[in-house]
Amino acid sequence: MNVCFAGILEEEMSEQTAKMDIREVEVRDLFSEAALIRHDNWRLIQICATKTADDLYEILYTFGRGYEWKNLRITVHGDDKIPSITKIYEIAYLYENEIHDLYGIEIDLMNYDFQGRLFRTGVQYPFR
Amino acid sequence: MADNSLKKISIVPFGPQHPVLPEPIHLDLVLQDEKVVDALPSIGFVHRGLEKLVEKRDFKEFVLVAERTCGICSFGHSLGYVEAIEKIMDIETTPRTKYLRTMWAELARMHNHLMWLGLLADAFGFESLFMESWRLREKVLDLLELTTGGRVIFSVNKVGGLRRDVTHEMLQTILQTLDDLEKECRVATDTFLGDKDVLSRMVGVGKLSPERAEELGCCGPFLRASGVRRDVRMLGYEAYGDLDMEPVTSLEGDCYARCKVRIEELYQSMDLIRQVIAKMPGGPIEVPVKGNPDGEYMARIEQPRGEALYYVKANGTKNLVRYRNRTPTFSNLPGLIETIRGAELADVAMMILTIDPCISCTER
Repeated sequence: MNVCFAGILEEEMSEQTAKMDIREVEVRDLFSEAALIRHDNWRLIQICATKTADDLYEILYTFGRGYEWKNLRITVHGDDKIPSITKIYEIAYLYENEIHDLYGIEIDLMNYDFQGRLFRTGVQYPFR
Repeated sequence: MADNSLKKISIVPFGPQHPVLPEPIHLDLVLQDEKVVDALPSIGFVHRGLEKLVEKRDFKEFVLVAERTCGICSFGHSLGYVEAIEKIMDIETTPRTKYLRTMWAELARMHNHLMWLGLLADAFGFESLFMESWRLREKVLDLLELTTGGRVIFSVNKVGGLRRDVTHEMLQTILQTLDDLEKECRVATDTFLGDKDVLSRMVGVGKLSPERAEELGCCGPFLRASGVRRDVRMLGYEAYGDLDMEPVTSLEGDCYARCKVRIEELYQSMDLIRQVIAKMPGGPIEVPVKGNPDGEYMARIEQPRGEALYYVKANGTKNLVRYRNRTPTFSNLPGLIETIRGAELADVAMMILTIDPCISCTER
């Protein structure tokens, strides 16, 4: 299925990312995809956000098993609310709070919500 | 139940300024009498936003910024960054570049581990060992200065290769110094590991099982001390694929095991440097770099404190879209909090030091 993010087709994206195993998923599927990955004994390695255009952000979830790793990616707008995966990976709260504090992206139902005070930056949402 | 009801719950702030913390991190320790029942971390006191600078700096210049993330892991940060850029641009560096990078990475690991040992000894009140560790570390810094010109920031890495080469005489000096250093280090580390105070305060304290260490995303010596045999150097980046090495592990998962693993890694680094020098190829130290990067890659390297990730996304211009550095200390924070839960308040400072936190990296 061709999924279109910001006018770029999935095939084109996978060509750009040929050196990294990245699978694009819809925001609504993130939680269930993460649950399946966890079920297969993959650990969470990191989550990071990237601003790719005005009001458009990619969020990359990296998972590892032994030395193997793979990635999931969602694309969101700045005022979207995304689901927390802390119910599946308890350590995700650090990365999710970081994304909230630096990019201002709202994350729903984190197990530890620092309310914007994990990173005490002088400027609110400096990476936005 | 009746016993618990008599115990008083209190919250004690730990840090950001604390005698054992060279850098600011804050923990709210929830105490039941003298026992820690929970800990909540706060960071970001000195967050610099270095990652944001990639939008304004040329990707070749940015290696100098990436290196300045931290004064201890500086070489590794520049290495991770150039690895990511070189992968995106399909640049194959020369064999000599790979061997020299590996040598410097291991020298940096040695100076990190000796610095850590000194800080831990200082926190114990073991002043003579603190001074001895840092005296030995000076010898490693002298080698780094001899070969790179810098003691803290080396600035030898660049996209496509290196800025400086080393001479045969320099390599011989390194070998000679390592032989002397190993003998002196053995005296210091054997004393430390055999000391009855060290044993009584560390053995069985702050235990973390391998299953929990994996679940909590731990990495580096912290992870390996819990018996998980994972070291990113085994992936064979740079010259590691040509070297004979096995991850150093311990099964106990306590504070003492974390110390043992780091100390054993100190000697492992000496062995790896000897192997590198014995196999050091000749030839050039750089290849031409044409154009700008276009694509994305996440490089992984084993920093002294554990696995560090360097994600780079580029769009074909000289400025990058994103540079992301996931540092080992950031990944080790949940594991640290887990080990602190159930500990005595008096042990918290020492337990923090056994994961060797680097807040400068975390506050990139």
